[in-house]
Order: sequence, then structure tokens, then C-alpha cells
Amino acid sequence: MSATGYGWLVLAFPLAGTVVVSLGWRVLPGRLPGWIASAAILGSFIASLGMLDKVDAEAHVDSAWTYAATGDFVADVSILVDPLSVFMCLVVSGVSFLIHVYSVAYMSGDRGYTRFFAYLNYFVFSMLLLVLAANFVLLIVGWAFVGAASYLLISYWYRRSTATHAGIKAFVMNVIGDVGLVIAAFLLFNETGALDYFGVFAGAEEVFSPDDGTLVAACLFLLVGAFAKSAQLPLHTWLPDAMEGPTPVSALIHAATMVTAGVYLIARMFPLFELAPTAADISAIIGTATLLFAATVALVVTDLKRVIAYSTISQIGYMILGVSVAAYGAGLFHLMTHAFFKALLFMGAGSIISAMAGVQNLDRMGGFRKAMPFTFITFTIGALALAAFPFTSGFFSKDEILSYAIERGGGFVVLAVVGYIAAFMTAFYAFRMVFRVFTGDAVPEARELEDGHLAHGEPMNPMTGEPEDTEVGFPGPEHHVAEWSWPMKAAMAPLALLSLIGGIVGVPALTDTLEHFLEPTFEDSRYAEVHPSSGTEWAELGIGGVISIAGIALAYVMFVRRRGITLRLRDRFSAVHNFLAHKWYFDELYDALFVRPFTGAGSFGRRVIETDFVQGFIVGGATGIVRAGTSFARAIQTGYLRAYALLLLLGVAAMALYFLLASS
Amino acid sequence: MDITWYLVLSAFIFVIGAAGVMSRRNPLVVLLCLELMLNAGNLALIAFSRMHGGEAGQVFALIVMVIAACEVVIGLGIIVAMYRRRLPIDVDEMSELRG
Repeated sequence: MSATGYGWLVLAFPLAGTVVVSLGWRVLPGRLPGWIASAAILGSFIASLGMLDKVDAEAHVDSAWTYAATGDFVADVSILVDPLSVFMCLVVSGVSFLIHVYSVAYMSGDRGYTRFFAYLNYFVFSMLLLVLAANFVLLIVGWAFVGAASYLLISYWYRRSTATHAGIKAFVMNVIGDVGLVIAAFLLFNETGALDYFGVFAGAEEVFSPDDGTLVAACLFLLVGAFAKSAQLPLHTWLPDAMEGPTPVSALIHAATMVTAGVYLIARMFPLFELAPTAADISAIIGTATLLFAATVALVVTDLKRVIAYSTISQIGYMILGVSVAAYGAGLFHLMTHAFFKALLFMGAGSIISAMAGVQNLDRMGGFRKAMPFTFITFTIGALALAAFPFTSGFFSKDEILSYAIERGGGFVVLAVVGYIAAFMTAFYAFRMVFRVFTGDAVPEARELEDGHLAHGEPMNPMTGEPEDTEVGFPGPEHHVAEWSWPMKAAMAPLALLSLIGGIVGVPALTDTLEHFLEPTFEDSRYAEVHPSSGTEWAELGIGGVISIAGIALAYVMFVRRRGITLRLRDRFSAVHNFLAHKWYFDELYDALFVRPFTGAGSFGRRVIETDFVQGFIVGGATGIVRAGTSFARAIQTGYLRAYALLLLLGVAAMALYFLLASS
Repeated sequence: MDITWYLVLSAFIFVIGAAGVMSRRNPLVVLLCLELMLNAGNLALIAFSRMHGGEAGQVFALIVMVIAACEVVIGLGIIVAMYRRRLPIDVDEMSELRG
């Protein structure tokens, strides 16, 4: 079979899974829907391996049918198979498969089990559509589909008010990105007359001079799309709130796959961004600002899942920086390793939250090391990779991005230095989680687990403390820790292994496998020759390693050796702490700038325009006229049969009298 | 042929019927009175037919009888429906069409 044939199969499996699971919700028993959904994604992964086998330096485009054709405008339903899309398919389907397996156990006992897997398969289909699309039309379709899937999964526990609000927030933010992407596609189509990627790239080379205003505008609109999807400043606020969804959703959509779509988009559009270096520079600066901002917030947030969420924002900042400084291989390498260790961290967090019976607050956790040895080991491996500890996967990928940035020289060195500072914070907050959850005195929940019981808490919303509807909502009557459930273990163990050794595909000067694999896609890049020498790269890796170890050591001192010190620091620098704990007041700012004016305008419209003007004046006026005009007619309609008979008789008598008088 | 007395009788019956329709509250009696009014009309029609010596009046009388039968069917149907639903058998109670 050809590479594109496998490409269609990659799409077909999850689509079939969605259909089967969603139509069979009434008849599929027990955990079967979960296994069907997992098998669909496994099929997708195997088909991706088939693509890997067939793919070569050529970019294969295959069209299934023509979606629309008017005049010069032709939009095909066509997929593009080249090393970049194969790489993305492998990462997406591989990680998704493991997360599906994890969810089979983790979500069992939830009342919406089948619905969950239908959504999850739908998401994977949309994501694969996004990365396989060969033109802007299909890209936008996939782009919007993943946004919808994300909305459905964030609001999955629909009785939980915070979850539905978070879903709406995420959807609105994502739609801002969709609009940006659509406008960018319009601009590019208007100038180049093409919608398929290669047509646009070729047209752009001809039409635009470097840094042409229209092209920069188009690229900036592309960036709006990318930043909304990838939760970069200033469109990042939806991602921490998206943690209201079930933990596997956080692992799949909001860490491993969907939020990296922006990185993919910039990498895919690299000829445009290289023609418009201004846009690429803006993107690099915003990526750097985001990675620093999110790292500082992650230092103080106490909600376990939100710490990981902010670390996701921060790590995607690194990727955006990477692909914006034309280090495509490095950026995508980090995308892959991040998918491994971040999914792993979320899975570990899910297990911990289960053990805590739904509590997510770090302040209430502690001493889980004995109770949950498996979770402890895997979570620590994930944290090591996140902290870029030497020779873990994150070590190679993160530092490669920074060394490429240094290689570009000039202002990019400043960005790289900021990256190193944030890397120190990353190591610190990663191990802040580990030490606060697993070391110290065992909390009652941990001791109960050591005795072989799973803690059961009152069902309540971890954010607001409101009592929760147990019909839907975490943790439900049953919940699952990794120690007791083999599918969860089976999903976490491979990810832990990959987090440890996944860097092997990108060891500078030794393997560089991934970079060579992706080379055909990026061979036209004008920065293809910009390449740090392996000597400098290893030197910078050394710096990264030292920074990482220093960060972990500081966390060890502050959270294990001298426990009280953090409280004293917090009191000492309460202004800084408040600023960070309120996430730089972004939510408050948006509330004041957008939410409140809009709700104000809305309630003004409802009160004045709707109630007073439309209902009072227009509707009320019209009915008032009719009412006044008909009062006489109403008065004679007494409803008494005898009165009608009398009227009838009088009428006939009057007519008879008239004719009598007239005839005589 | 002098039909004066026939017409006087017809007028009497009609007035009795009309007075009954307007004064009685039992729908059965109202229907009966309506029947009186119709038959007063029939009497007048037949009297005029005899006076003119044509058949048109008699044909009209037959048609009025058919219409009277139809009207009784509907009227009795309504009354039975009222009885079935245990509504009061009283035309003044059925005043929901009041404007």
C-alpha cells in the first residue's frame, strides 16, 4: 500500500471507533467501549508505522474527492504525507493509544464511560485530520474539530458548574484562534490564489518580497491561531481552567497533543515565516515571554494539575521559541519528548488525585512514597525529564532548542538566557511537586492506602468546595490508583521508559535520528545550514544539566531539608507571591476588559432594549392599539348563548323592518 | 285562498319558540324551541305555496326538515358530550367565548 493509503487508514480507524462507540452506547457492556476505542487508536498507530515504512523524501499528496470547485477556486479533501506529518501521526496516535488504555481503567465506574470514549476517539480523529491535511480548508476543519472535542471533554462532567464554565472559556479562546487562522487563509488565498500548502508556498515566493506587509499580517494571524490553540500569551488563560476535565483528558489534549498544534502549524508554515522574519521574531519573543511567565506561576500554584498545566504552557513556549528560530527539528523533538513526560506526569497526577479522593491541593498531600511506589517512580521519572535532568529525554530536546537560539546570535541570545532561567525554575517546580506529594509525613489518605484501603471523600468540587452531583463527576463512587489497576500501569510504564530514553533519537553528533528523518520537509529552509557545532551543543547541554541539578537541589533544600522555609519566604515576599498566585492577574484583567463590559452590555440590552423598548414599546404598543380598538367588539361577546340569540333575532327583525318600510 | 290564519298561527309558534330559546337555560328545551321556530317557518312556507299554487315552498319545507334533523344531531351530540363530562346542563354556564 502507498504512503497515502496508510494515511487514509490512520484517519479511518478513529472515525470508525467514534461511530461504533457512540452508536453502541446502549449495548456495549462494561469496559468494552474503552477497549474498542483503544483498539481503534492502536490501528491508527500501526497504520502510522506503515506510513513510516513507506515515506521518503517526496511529499505525497492524495485527494479523496473535490470538496468545492468554482472557477479557479478548488478545495480538495486531500492529505499530505511527508516526514513531518508522519512524525506527528506517530506521536499523536502513540501517546493517544496509551492514554486510551489508561482511561479504560481510570474512567471505569464513571456513568458517562461510553460517551467519554466516543469523544476521545473523535478528538484523535480531528487531531490526525489536522496534521494530515494538505490544504488550508481541511486544516481549518481539523483545527475547529479539535477545539470542539476539547470543549466536549472539558465540560465532560456537565453537572459541575466550573467545568462548564471552563469549557465555554476554552471554546471562546479557541474560536478566536480559528478566526485568526481563517483570516490568514483568506489573505494568503487572495494573494497567491492557492489553498494547498505547496501552492501557497510557491506563490508566496513569487508574490511577496521579504517582510512584505501583507505576508507579515497573514503570519501574525496564523500566530493568533497557533497561540490560541497552544495557550501562549495572551491567549493562555483557558488551559489552566481546562484542568476541570477528567485527568486523562488533561494528559491527552491539554498536554500531549492538541496544545502542540500551534507548534506544528508554525513548523508546517515555515516557508512563510522565513519570508516574514518579523513575524517569526515576534513569535519567538512571545514564546519566550510565555515560557518565563508560566514557569513563575508554576512556582506558587498549589493545585497539582494546574502546576502541570502551567508547566505545559511553559514547555510549549520552548517549542514555539524553537520553531520560530528555525530550529524545526529541535522544536518538534521537544514536542515529542514533552508528549511523553507530560502525559506521564498527568497520569501520575490522576493516580494521586484518586488516592486523595479528588483533592488536588498540594498543601494537603504528603508522604505518598510508601503507599504508591509505582506512581512515585514513574512520576519522578516524568519530573526528571521535565526538569531536563542529564540524559533524560527532556535534557536533549530542551537544550537543543536553546543552543539553536544561541547559534542565531544577536537578540536570540537574550531569549536563550531567559530560557535557561526558566529551565532553573522548571527543575525547581517539577521537584516541588515530587517532594510535596511523596515525601514528608504521610497524610491520612496515604496511611489508609498503605493499609490497603482507598480513601473515600465527600464528593465535592475541588475548586469551589461545593458539594458535587455524584451522578456525574469526579471521583464518583469508584476511583482507581495505578498501583491497583493493570491498564494504568501498562500505560504509564512505556511512557516512563520513553521519558527516560526518548532522547536517544536526538543526541547531538551521535544519533540525530529525528533531525535526519525530518530533513526532507525542511530542506528548503534558508536556515538549514545554521547548525551549532556538536562541541558547543555539548557544552550548552552541560550548562543545562548543571542548571537542572541546581534547581532540583534547591527544591530538595526547601521542601525536604528545611521545610518551614517556604512559608517564611511567602510571608516575606507576600506581594510577589500574591502576584504570582493570581497568575499575574491575567484572569482579572480579562474579566475587567472583556467579560464585564460584555455582560454589562448584555444586561443593558436585556433590561433597556429588550424589556423596555422591544417588549414595552413595540410589542406592547401594537397590542395596546389592537386592544383599545376592539374593546367594543369584546364587550358584546358576552359568551351567553341567549344573548347571541337575542342579537340574532333583533338583527333579523331590523332587516325585515327595513325591507318592509322600503317596499311600502 | 285565504292564508291569514295560517300565517297568524305560524307567527304565534315562532314567537313562542323564540321566547323559549331566549328564556330557557336547559339546552334540551332550547333545542325544542328551535324546532318550534323552524316548524313555524315550515308552516308559513307551505301556506304561501298553497296560495301561489307552486311547489317551491313545499320543497323548501322538506329541506328545512333535513336541516332541522342535522341540527338536532349536532345539538344532542353536544348535550351528550356535556353530560359525559359531567358539566352542568345549563347554557349560561357555557360562556367561555366571552371576549
